[in-house]
Formats: sequence, C-alpha cells, structure tokens
Amino acid sequence: MNDLLGVVDWSRAQFALTAMYHWLFVPLTIGLSVMVAIMESIYVKTGDEKWKGITKFWMTLFGINFACGVATGIILEFEFGTNWSNYSWFVGDIFGAPLAIEGIVAFFMEATFVAVMFFGWNKVSRRFHLTATWLTAIGVSLSALWILVANAWMQNPVGMAFDPAQMRNVMDNFTEVAFNSVAMNKFFHAVFSGWVLAAVFVIGVSSWLLWRKSNIDAARKSLKLGSWFGLVGMVMTLWTGDGSAVEVARVQPMKLAAMEGLYDGEVGQSLVGVGVLNPDKKPGDDKDAMLFEISIPYGLSILANHDANSFVPGINDIIAGRTVTADGDTVYSDSYAERIAAGKAAREALKRYSEAKAAGNEEAMAAAQADVMANFKYFGYGYLDSAEEAVPPVGLTFYSFRVMVMAGGYLLLLFILLLFVSYRKTAFLEKSWLHWLGIISIPVVWICSQAGWIVAEVGRQPWVIQDLMPTRAAISDVTTGSVQLTFWIFAVLFTTMLAAEISIMLRYISRTSKKNIEQPEK
Amino acid sequence: MFYVEGFRNMTIGRSLWAIILIKLFIMFAVIKLFFFPNKLSSDYDSDEQRADAVRTELIYK
Repeated sequence: MNDLLGVVDWSRAQFALTAMYHWLFVPLTIGLSVMVAIMESIYVKTGDEKWKGITKFWMTLFGINFACGVATGIILEFEFGTNWSNYSWFVGDIFGAPLAIEGIVAFFMEATFVAVMFFGWNKVSRRFHLTATWLTAIGVSLSALWILVANAWMQNPVGMAFDPAQMRNVMDNFTEVAFNSVAMNKFFHAVFSGWVLAAVFVIGVSSWLLWRKSNIDAARKSLKLGSWFGLVGMVMTLWTGDGSAVEVARVQPMKLAAMEGLYDGEVGQSLVGVGVLNPDKKPGDDKDAMLFEISIPYGLSILANHDANSFVPGINDIIAGRTVTADGDTVYSDSYAERIAAGKAAREALKRYSEAKAAGNEEAMAAAQADVMANFKYFGYGYLDSAEEAVPPVGLTFYSFRVMVMAGGYLLLLFILLLFVSYRKTAFLEKSWLHWLGIISIPVVWICSQAGWIVAEVGRQPWVIQDLMPTRAAISDVTTGSVQLTFWIFAVLFTTMLAAEISIMLRYISRTSKKNIEQPEK
Repeated sequence: MFYVEGFRNMTIGRSLWAIILIKLFIMFAVIKLFFFPNKLSSDYDSDEQRADAVRTELIYK
C-alpha cells in the first residue's frame, strides 16, 4: 500500500511538473500569435513600415518561445503510456480521438504556416503572409481546443458507454464529447487567459525598453496595443470564468466547495473574498472552517447559480447527499456512502464478469455485465474506503483560487491604468515606477495562469475521471524508483529549456534594443 | 527552395533549431526509448490480453 501511494504521489508530481512547465510556454504561444497577427494586420492595412518592424520584433520572441516550448507536451503522452496505463486503456478511444485530431489538423496547420510566417517576408505577397500569420494563430488555438476537449471529458465524462469486454469507454456520441459544455468554457477561458498573459509579456518588455529609453515609439505602440489586448482578454477571461464556475457547480460541486473551504452550505451563500482556513478542520467535525474571513454576501450563490437565493452545498452536504430545493425543502440523494456501496458493487460485478469469461459462461457474463452497468455511474467510488477520501486538498485549492483571482484583479487594474496613461497622462509613460510596474507584472501573470490550473486539477482530486476512476486506480504497475529517476531527468531538462529560453530572449531583446526596431532589416 | 533559403538566412533561428533538435533527440532517442515504454503494448500481444490485464488491475487494485 505504501509503495502504491509512493508511486501515485511521484507519478502525480511528475505529471504536475511536466504539465506546469508545458503551460509556461503554451499560453504565451497562444496569445502572442494573435498579437503578432494583429500587428501585421495594422502593417498591411496602413502600409506603415514601422509596424512591420514591430511585428518582426515580437514575431521573433514568439519564435523563441515556440522553439523552446514545442513538443514539451509530448512527454505527457509518454507518461500516459508508462505511468498511467490503466487510465490510458480505460479512456483510450475517447481521449485518443481529440488528441489525434489535434496532431493531424491543428499541429500540421500550425507547423506549415509558421514556416511561411518566418521565412516568407518579401517572398510572398503581404496578404498571403498575413494569411499565414493568422492561420498560425488559429492553428495554435485549435491545438488547445482538442487538448482541452480531452481534459474536459475527464472532468465531465459524457458521450461514451463502458464496455467490460474491451475494458474501455467507447465513444458513442462525438458531438457530446466535442461540445461538452465544460470543454467550451475551458477552451475559451484558457485561450483568453493566454491573451492576458501575452499582453502582460508585451507590456513588460515594452516597459523595459521605455526604462532603457530605447525604441520609445515602438515600445509605446506595443504597450498601448498590449493594454487593449489584455483588457479584452481579461474581460473575456472573467466572462468565461463565470461560465466555468457555473459548470463546476453543476458537475463538480466538491471542487467548488474546496475552492471556497465551504463545509456546510446555505441558501444565499456568501463568497470568501479574503480568508485563512482552519488547518485542523475535517469533514464532519464541528470546528470552524475559517480562522478569519471577509466575505461577500450572496456571492457564491450568484457565482455558482446566478441566483442570490440559491443553495450551494458544502463538503458535508455533498457527502451526505443533502441539498435544498428552490422551494426551501431539504432533500437527500446519492450520499457518498451509497456511492461507495454502488462502486464496490460494480467492482464485484466486474470480478464475476472476469471469472465467467474465464469459464466461458456467457450467461453469467451477461448477468455480471448488467450489474456493472447498473452501478457504473459510481464505479470509481468502489476504490474509496471512506467518504473523506473523495475530498480534494482544500488548502491548496482554496489558496490557489484566491491567488488566481487576486492576480487577475491586479492585472485588470494594470490594463485600465496603462490605457488611461496612454491616452490621458502620457507624461507618466516616462516614469520609472510605471516601467517597473510593467516589468514586475510578468511573473505575476504566470503565477496567475499556473494557479488557475492548480485549482482545476488539484480541485478535481481524487479523480482522474470524475466519479469513474480515482488517481490511485489509474496508475500502472511501475516502481517508485523509476518514476523518481525520470522525475529528476525532466526537472533538469525542462529547467534547462526554460533557462535557454529566458537567456535567448533576454539577449535578443538587449541586442535589438540597441537598434531601431521600426526599421527592419530587408 | 523557399525553406532552404529561409534556413540559410537564419541568425537567431540557428540556435533555436539546435535547441529543438537536441530536445527531440533527448526526448525520443533517450527518454522514450529507455524510460517510457508503453507498458500495455510492450507487455501484451493482443488487445484482448491488454483488456484482461487492465480488468485484473482494476478488480484487485
């Protein structure tokens, strides 16, 4: 058991490390590709060569990030096959289809047009080049779409039927999988947050140029465009974040409860604005959940249900299967004790199916299969010994959510401030404090972005597939030592990649700052 | 020709391509080959055997 937990924990740590490093590169690629396309559109529309220079400057930074980040996600697929083989087999067809589409359509589209984008200046017409730049940006976003469709299925498994003979979930409705409401919100939330991240990157680098008093005109143009792009991205991120909150309340109420540190829900539930969790609080005890909090009345009911007087269940309510209807009646359904019993019945039926298959008894196989299917909705609960095991790490989820929201709020104010300064108080654009505000915002936006994924992925624990497969059942029969070894190999490899990217970017920015960005080389 | 000229005229791109190629080599020729076999593909010959293996794992885990 201890070795199993060791393997699970190290495999989770390895997956988290890989995914987090991958996500350092991806949102910048998503957002910067669109920004570069907008800059080039301005150049093509106005014919102003200065914009061509500005476009080429940011396009090169896009290229550095693209080169360092490309294929880092493939390692996640290696891990699926080796560390998470039970999971990979269990979901194979459903997870495989979106990833295959991503590889065939989006990746090749992106790879084809990125070459025209970098090598095509002065070799193809302006409009053809601009089309290639936009198609690269669209290809990048389409890649994200299919990855997020696959991820969303894990959070809200739909459009499939389980087949005990194949031991796989077989897709029976592609539309349901592709247009899963969780996927749509997740896709737009991730893409627009990428816009915000790229905007802050452009603002930060432009601020550095302004601080160095280098390429002031190009830096001001970039900063203004970045502020608009960031503001639009942030508004859309807030909008899609609201949609995500409604979806989480609907399909993953336990995640929402963990995000809020909420144990006992109420009608007209408040939202914790700022708070400190009681680290000793456990489900079912009578200790206070919070040591300190400043709450927004009705906030969580509005966020989760768009209804100030709705009921939002807490962790204890969800475990008990308790909810309060719109009429104010308390009703109970599917407590976690019942779900665990159903899950264990499904596993027991699967065992009978396996024995009947070995004996060649088709009648017994059919009867066992019917029992598996009757309880399959809660199959994953059969691996839990207690309801408390179904509660995600509350502290990490709660604080990550607040880091994301606070950092997002700060960035929204930053965009508004910079637009105000750009249009109304241009003298402030020469102030060092403003430059440094832009520069220090670069790490803030990356922390914000990573915190969002921590909320999404830690908050759904213990499930790799919501209600169907807990993390510990997904793991392969591998040794802790082998996972530890590859964990450190990845840590070194990815850190080297990141250091290379930052170093090449800094050298390029420093070198280019000594030239006139607005006069590109022919 | 389009690509050849593009590669020939690269400046910073040369370092980037070096990074990409080294990275892909490490990933596929070292990490994938020696550390990340596809367990079910390498341990079993048919899909039926793989399904049986996963079923056993999920029953007794």
